[in-house]
Amino acid sequence: MESLDLALVGAGLIVIGAGLGLGKIGGSAMEAIARQPEASGKIQTAMIIIAALLEGLAFAALILA
Amino acid sequence: MQKENIIKVLLFFAVAFNVLGVFANNPQQHHEEGQADQESLRVDTKREVKEYISHHLQDSYDFTLYSDSEEGKHIGFPLPVILIDDGGLRVFLSSEFHHGEKVAEVGGDYYKLYHGRIYKTNAAGDMTYDEEHHPTNEKPLDFSITKNVFTILLTSILLLLLFGGLARHYRDKHIPTGFGRVLEPLVIYVRDEIAIPNIGKAKYRRFMGFLLTVFFFVWILNLLGMTPLGVNVTGNIAITACLALFTYLVTQFSATKDYWKHIFWMPGVPVIMKIILIPIELLGTLTKPFALMVRLFANITAGHVVIMSLIALIFVTDNIVLDGPISVLLTLFISVIELLVAFLQAYIFTMLSALFIGLAVEEHDHHPETNDIV
Repeated sequence: MESLDLALVGAGLIVIGAGLGLGKIGGSAMEAIARQPEASGKIQTAMIIIAALLEGLAFAALILA
Repeated sequence: MQKENIIKVLLFFAVAFNVLGVFANNPQQHHEEGQADQESLRVDTKREVKEYISHHLQDSYDFTLYSDSEEGKHIGFPLPVILIDDGGLRVFLSSEFHHGEKVAEVGGDYYKLYHGRIYKTNAAGDMTYDEEHHPTNEKPLDFSITKNVFTILLTSILLLLLFGGLARHYRDKHIPTGFGRVLEPLVIYVRDEIAIPNIGKAKYRRFMGFLLTVFFFVWILNLLGMTPLGVNVTGNIAITACLALFTYLVTQFSATKDYWKHIFWMPGVPVIMKIILIPIELLGTLTKPFALMVRLFANITAGHVVIMSLIALIFVTDNIVLDGPISVLLTLFISVIELLVAFLQAYIFTMLSALFIGLAVEEHDHHPETNDIV
């Protein structure tokens, strides 16, 4: 039972980390688009790739937890 | 005039909430008398909800649209079960199991459905267990057309019909008609936004077939998962593993000399680093499809669990008047998000596949002056 509780804490930490990461990616992408609206397509693609990689990592950790 | 309207609306809400409050309070008063009873009922509901969700996430031998285990009523349709046992082929409909309640007799052998798996048993349906309560009955080789297999076959046929039709249009005329006009922009989207930027203009054509198939296969299966049929194909790790394996094989078999050189003898680093980098790079080729597999599986599974948990809120709180609308609204909200996720996951799967293939087939620019110094 105790190990399960610890795993839940770990899952919470993962979600916090993933949230921070996604926020940073999203915020930077917004800034970049504001600076160069004509490059928004490329920025979006890159943003989605990074977000997907981050998400993959987060999900892998969640499943292990 | 406007003020009056606002007051009317406010009044309506006040009345509505009062009514809701009365409804919400009444059952509580009743329940206080038998609180111990209520407590045990609540625990039971929670357990039942958990069982129901985990049952939904698994594959099964039939489509169940509605079932009431207390009355023994099941509405749905069965699928064929194909077993190979003692060298003999046994084919029968899953309705023979009566949802695990009865033993199916086929060709002198008896089979029983127990927790979603088929076991061989005797005429009375006796099960034997080990210490941890796992059944030790013999399991026949199972090649059944299960819910997932059926859905995959259906999707394949659908893809064949849709894109076969589209291809025929291009051969006969130059402009597609009917539903082809919906598909053409999507095909062009995959080509212009996914394949060409990641693989490059020179080589993308070879991989378009694979990328388009993966994209539409995953997308249609994701969307089918949203229907009340209750299929969860892309939320099954075996299926996403298979899709990721295809990406892995396509990547490795289309890789250029430079790709392998960068794995086994990384240029431009000291010899010791070269040796250390070999296992790391080899592991790197495996983690890429692994991430693909886990991402699709976890996203779709999480979506299904969230939707079902929100619906289950009604049963857990046992209050349809107050929780019904909230639950329905939340479910609608998440469902709309899931529609987006269904597309996004298909897009990401295809995009990352294209990215990995692009990395593998990239022509290496040789800069003899700088390459080995850096």
